Amino acid sequence: MIDASIRKQFPILDQEINGHPLVYLDSAASSQKPLAVIEAIEDYYRRIHSNVHRGVHTLGTHATDAYEGARERVRSFINASVPEEIIFTRGTTTAINLVASSYGDANVSAGDEIVLTPMEHHANLIPWQQLAKRTGAKLRYVEMTPDGRITLDAVREVLSDRTKIVAMSHVSNVLGTINPIAEVAKLAHEKGAVMVVDAAQSVPHRKLDVQALDCDFLAFSGHKMLGPTGIGVLYGKKQLLKNMEPVEFGGEMIDYVDLYESTWKDIPYRFEAGTPIIAGAVGLAAAIDFLEDLGLENVEAHERALVTYAIEQMRTIEGIEIFGPEERVGLVTFNLNDVHAHDLATVLDMQGVAVRAGHHCAQPLMRLLKQSSTARASFYLYNTRDEVDRFIEGLRQTKEYFNYEF
Amino acid sequence: MSFNNLDMLYRQVIMDHYKNPRNRGVIEDGVTIDLNNPTCGDSLRLQLQVEDGIVKDAKFEGEGCSISLASASMMTQIVKGKSVDEALQLANIFSQMVQGKDYDTDTFDLGDIEALSGVSKFPARIKCATLAWKALEKGVDEEA
Repeated sequence: MIDASIRKQFPILDQEINGHPLVYLDSAASSQKPLAVIEAIEDYYRRIHSNVHRGVHTLGTHATDAYEGARERVRSFINASVPEEIIFTRGTTTAINLVASSYGDANVSAGDEIVLTPMEHHANLIPWQQLAKRTGAKLRYVEMTPDGRITLDAVREVLSDRTKIVAMSHVSNVLGTINPIAEVAKLAHEKGAVMVVDAAQSVPHRKLDVQALDCDFLAFSGHKMLGPTGIGVLYGKKQLLKNMEPVEFGGEMIDYVDLYESTWKDIPYRFEAGTPIIAGAVGLAAAIDFLEDLGLENVEAHERALVTYAIEQMRTIEGIEIFGPEERVGLVTFNLNDVHAHDLATVLDMQGVAVRAGHHCAQPLMRLLKQSSTARASFYLYNTRDEVDRFIEGLRQTKEYFNYEF
Repeated sequence: MSFNNLDMLYRQVIMDHYKNPRNRGVIEDGVTIDLNNPTCGDSLRLQLQVEDGIVKDAKFEGEGCSISLASASMMTQIVKGKSVDEALQLANIFSQMVQGKDYDTDTFDLGDIEALSGVSKFPARIKCATLAWKALEKGVDEEA
């Protein structure tokens, strides 16, 4: 059980916005940070910081231990087999771009196919569009059910012997759909394709095991899981990473450098050119500790209870349209008829309630839903049932404001 | 609950333009400018008919929030009949106004558009208000 006392760990939540206590319902965009993470980063800079992997001096060893310790922490968190399979990146976007540029350019050619879904975030869409343009490959989209799910039959429909890559979000950032990654990966492998997973919306909220999913690449961001901005992870199977070329070049990633030729370090360092994101990795490790102390299954149950309650309450307000399937993670995307999502978000904000409004970096999905813009409330472990009540009250006030004030 | 601040943003004249937009439609032989607000999904098509340096007609279509559509409606209303130079001056005045800066109230009768001055208190919404004016600037630039 997670109770409201956990909020004391999140100093940012204790403030008023526009004269009301903050109700932060935008964690799917970025989560807030517990003291444990803030203090771990501060402690790193106060006592440990130096550059990694090169100093002979003791502090260099301390910083390297902290950085590599974080890599091991991530490995065990997602159950990768070895730490070399964990590459630190700037975030999910950078991680997927790395796969598209390195693995994609080397393994995809004209006439090959890349399978995607219409519910992808731009981060798991545009790198593939660009790869297709560079190589002459074709993009193929799995058809979605009307309530926003992906069925295995629909996946089979678009797979072919030319499929080289299947790229899919584990959880949709708009619909909250949980996609059957393990089953899709199996289908992809039968066709000889690799499975790339955008796990930005799943890793923060549920226990995930890359070996059980048997995906080939998986990407996520630190800042959506209580960690700092600017750090993310690319997991890749060792056999694949070993044969991939780096996409960035410079310090840290080289083995031997000559005036005209150079060679690269082994994985994972080959993919981490320049001074790495050391403090970010330390903060991410602290975030993982925090999540595991709570228990991901508790986090998931807490969010499920909140979203179920929220949707139940929202259905009592006439004119609210909710998008996405019944079975979902802790977020709900919706519109209130005749009130544009921006106007809705502004009026909620005046009541201290922070929700996201817009296209949620998923423009093709918005067009499919026939919405130019939607609002989204997303819940995390620090949200409470009282906050759901504030949100619902905010929706009622918004409706009243736009119905009767003019 | 009191919404005094909100009333600054959503004044009656704004909601009137939102619900009953002026100059919504197409101009057959006008110059067309399509602008999106990529952060939120608003899209606007502005069409202008400029002859001898005068904005003869202006119409718009699109999707957006109350602020962006009301602003488009007001903009097309005020620039019709103005010279290109005057239209650009107005765009500048509008930009100053919604950013909360001092703005020129003497040169033109600003009419309805002053209702949007409340946007300056809502920084996240300034881009909604300026979208139509950005399209205007782009359009007269193309005409020139």
